[in-house]
Amino acid sequence: MKNFLEKAYLAVIFIFLYLPIAALIVLSFNESKYMSTWGGFSLKWYEDLFSSQIIMSALQNTLIIALVSASIATLIGTAACLGISSMKKLPRTIVMGITNIPMLNADIVTGISLMLCFLAFGVTLSMKTVILAHITFNIPYVILSVMPRIKQLEPSTYEAALDLGASPAYAFVKVVLPDIMPGILSGFLLAFTMSLDDFIITHFTKGAGINTISTLVYSELRKGIKPTLYALSALVFTAVLILLVIMNLPKGKGKKQESLL
Amino acid sequence: MQEPLIRLRNISKSFDGSVVLDDLNLDIKENEFVTLLGPSGCGKTTTLRILGGFTKPDSGQVFFDGEDITNLPPNKRQLNTVFQKYALFPHMNIEENIAFGLKIKGKSRDYIRDKIRYALKLVNLDGYEKRDVTSLSGGQQQRIAIARAIVNEPRVLLLDEPLGALDLKLRQDMQYELIRLKNELGITFVYVTHDQEESLTMSDTIVVMNQGYIQQMGTPQNIYNEPENAFVADFIGDSNIIDGIMIKDLLVEICGCRIPCVDSGFGTDQPVDVVIRPEDVELSTDPSNGFLSGRVTSLIFKGVHYEMEVMAGGFEWLVQSTLCYPVGSEVGIQVKPENIQIMKKPESADEKAVSADA
Repeated sequence: MKNFLEKAYLAVIFIFLYLPIAALIVLSFNESKYMSTWGGFSLKWYEDLFSSQIIMSALQNTLIIALVSASIATLIGTAACLGISSMKKLPRTIVMGITNIPMLNADIVTGISLMLCFLAFGVTLSMKTVILAHITFNIPYVILSVMPRIKQLEPSTYEAALDLGASPAYAFVKVVLPDIMPGILSGFLLAFTMSLDDFIITHFTKGAGINTISTLVYSELRKGIKPTLYALSALVFTAVLILLVIMNLPKGKGKKQESLL
Repeated sequence: MQEPLIRLRNISKSFDGSVVLDDLNLDIKENEFVTLLGPSGCGKTTTLRILGGFTKPDSGQVFFDGEDITNLPPNKRQLNTVFQKYALFPHMNIEENIAFGLKIKGKSRDYIRDKIRYALKLVNLDGYEKRDVTSLSGGQQQRIAIARAIVNEPRVLLLDEPLGALDLKLRQDMQYELIRLKNELGITFVYVTHDQEESLTMSDTIVVMNQGYIQQMGTPQNIYNEPENAFVADFIGDSNIIDGIMIKDLLVEICGCRIPCVDSGFGTDQPVDVVIRPEDVELSTDPSNGFLSGRVTSLIFKGVHYEMEVMAGGFEWLVQSTLCYPVGSEVGIQVKPENIQIMKKPESADEKAVSADA
């Protein structure tokens, strides 16, 4: 009996979490345009999706923005971590505090202030400004995930490398970098998903005519929602699911197993 | 007299305003096993790091084979270090760890393979090439760290408390291993430890340090039998350190008794510190036998011997003996003249600081 209750409880939780998504996926295959009626199985909304110029260009924008901003943020964030970790205690606490503020700050505040800043300096809003904005809010996430790895780093391994004749650069690439790599990778992925996910900041910093998936969905909603967007959402969900599964697969024989997120 | 391989000249170093090393001078001869011994914070690790090039002295110079290497970075020095926490590279296997230095030097693949095999044999870990670092025990990791250092054929091996994390039995095994390695390789070892027993077992020369100063330097026998001051006497093994007065050459007064000794040259009626090792105090059941009589106040069985405390002449004597004298028994105390070590009372402020610590 207890066993049954445990399972039922778990099932209820999973139903709450995944029923809406399941409904969305089912509806994306609905022939009928109305969600109240089932018109039979069809892939027509998927066809619609891939033939739609607007959606495809929005998807491309989203991926470019996410990839570029996550890469640059990872570089800057990792470099920042190395600098911060060698600071004295007081400056380190202050800098870490300042780095954490943008994460806690409401997106709307960040979005509006970035927009004002761009306009004040006469920068026309475009894809570039969106990328700059995304780099800005991504850096703290990279620092957040790289910093613990650097703290765990055994300082003597770097010294041991120098001791064995390595130049500081060689020692960094061969000894320090592999040790903090899991942190850097998870920082990159975190930044990438944050960028994919963002709506508000993108909304304020994008120029006219440029759309990402989230801003596109928002503007489409005003015209009334189309099942094409169900298909899009279903695909995004599947992509994320596959990504998650890959990241949590056991890696290599004998190596330490580590999930990235 | 052989020219020393390493010379430290007037080395001073302070961290955040606290002085760690103060005008330190030290010579290390080729092929010597030198131990820097002292309590934590005495500057021994800092000295080693200055030798390795990881820490820059505030002033002073380091000479290696007659050459000034004070400003040479660690990767350009002909020294290799074995770190306290082994510092193996966790993402490389054992072979890659040991080959690290050789690859940088651009040695051929065959040479590297032979060297790895030789080094693993030397540390008794043949066939471990492909093993993962994390799969090894502490003692094995330490031996890999040593192998990784010695394949580079350094002229000096620096060891920073390498046995600190190992258990007693393993530590003793590794001590013999290190002595054997030193004899087989013929390289100079500079060894840092706070374990006086370890230093007595392995060293050719012991350098006793405290608060940034060298207290005494000498052979293990020399340090143990003839400590120069109260700090050394207290740090190397247990000892009874008693206030005394040097009446004249070969005669000292302690606890109100004048007893013969073998030291001279302290002048007449000079206050001195008298060191008597607990194993040199001879007890007898007849209180009248000896220069002092007292009462046993505690008795502990230590395995090899009994350790007793005897209250006599206003001083609590620490005594080690294979014979058991029960608590409360009256005993006589006797010490052979050659077992009495006389030391000058500290004079300068520095020396005072040292003995206050002791």
